[in-house]
Amino acid sequence: MSVQNLNAVDPFAEEEILATNDVGSQSEYIHIRIQQRNGRKTLTTLQGLPKQYDPKKLLKAFKKEFACNGTLVDDEKMGQVIQLQGDQRVKISTFLTDNGIEKATIKVHGF
Amino acid sequence: MSEEPLFDPSLKKRKKKAVAFTEDPLGADADPTAPAPETIDNTTTTGETVDLGPTTAHEQMKSNGEEGEDDDFKAMFGDLKKKKKKKEIPMDLANSGTSTPKDAVSAPAITEDLDFSDIKKKKKKSKKAALDMEAFEKELSESKSKSAGDDDEDVEVEHNPNLDIDDADLENDPFAQPDAPPVGVDMGNEPWLTSDRDYAYPELLTRFYALLHAANPALLSSSSQKRYTIAPPSIHREGNKRSVFANVTDICKKMHRQPEHVIQFLFSEMGTTGSVDGAGRLVIKGRFQQKQVENVLRRYIVEYVACKTCKSMDTLLTKENRIFFMSCESCGSRRSVNAIKSGFQAQVGKRSKNRPA
Repeated sequence: MSVQNLNAVDPFAEEEILATNDVGSQSEYIHIRIQQRNGRKTLTTLQGLPKQYDPKKLLKAFKKEFACNGTLVDDEKMGQVIQLQGDQRVKISTFLTDNGIEKATIKVHGF
Repeated sequence: MSEEPLFDPSLKKRKKKAVAFTEDPLGADADPTAPAPETIDNTTTTGETVDLGPTTAHEQMKSNGEEGEDDDFKAMFGDLKKKKKKKEIPMDLANSGTSTPKDAVSAPAITEDLDFSDIKKKKKKSKKAALDMEAFEKELSESKSKSAGDDDEDVEVEHNPNLDIDDADLENDPFAQPDAPPVGVDMGNEPWLTSDRDYAYPELLTRFYALLHAANPALLSSSSQKRYTIAPPSIHREGNKRSVFANVTDICKKMHRQPEHVIQFLFSEMGTTGSVDGAGRLVIKGRFQQKQVENVLRRYIVEYVACKTCKSMDTLLTKENRIFFMSCESCGSRRSVNAIKSGFQAQVGKRSKNRPA
């Protein structure tokens, strides 16, 4: 009689990995959102940047490319979020796709 | 500011789009009419000029097919708008002007959509006309007056004004009726019967579709007639920085969704907050225009209402173990849908207000 715990593959561990994978696939999206400020001013946030990209450098490139200011915000839940002034959603998504990020992973929100 | 009070981040886009918009209808106009004159004379016996679109239902279907599913969603408000044209600004216009940037992919689709109604209008007309035309050619060649031909013409005249006024989107099944008689006429006198030449492929194709649609009109109505339409959201401004979405309950009812779910989605997508007032209206913080809310609603429908398998809107959303499942009433498919998650919310407004006292 075999002992479950001594099996080469631990069924529970696998499940855990599966579960994390599932969650990962959902949160792998890069979310680009817009928020209204006062007047006709807006704020664009970019959330969920893959780990291999350096948010600092990306922010710098964004600021230069879009001629806007921006900042890096540390959020407890969402991690590091890039915040830019103005509605930069299209520009961001084209910039990212031009630089080799798949369009399918980018989700643009807002109106 | 008060002159142009509505908040519109895509204002810049509008100029660019406006150009495309003026171009497009031309293209659309030219498109359906172009093929027609080659084969068909576009004058009647009485010498009146008739506007002829593409000749057959299959052409109509072809052009319909080009516009994707996405278009259907786009169009669903558009159609409605068309009908209300007299009172309201046509949404088609609003659409093309303002399709928000992230719809870059679908932006062309929108403009297409806007032609679409035009095209459709023409097509409807032309289908009758086409059949009429064949009878007609024959008539000319044999110089034998056919009562059927006259009949057709009557039908056409009868329908034209109707089509012009209306969007032809109403539940008109007018062409089931005019379709039938011409086909009967065509049966005996296809153009190739009178001449020595062989029949050409397009002719046969036309004949096939004419017969097919005559035999089962249901095909036609399902391909172009049945459209999912919702009343466009009515957005008013309340004060300076709040918008009121008045018919949210109606729309939710139409979509068979809980208002809470829809509202949650709206808020998380638009990155704002709000509340439902006593009259069941939704008060949204921030300035939003109708087309903006409409865009968000469209995305909601794509995501949470339309069945991915059969594209039917006849679906139910149920919650089981904290997961939402959408089951389709027409095809029976069932799938889970993403929970609505609101993402990162940036700090806007005064920090002192947010600080716990």
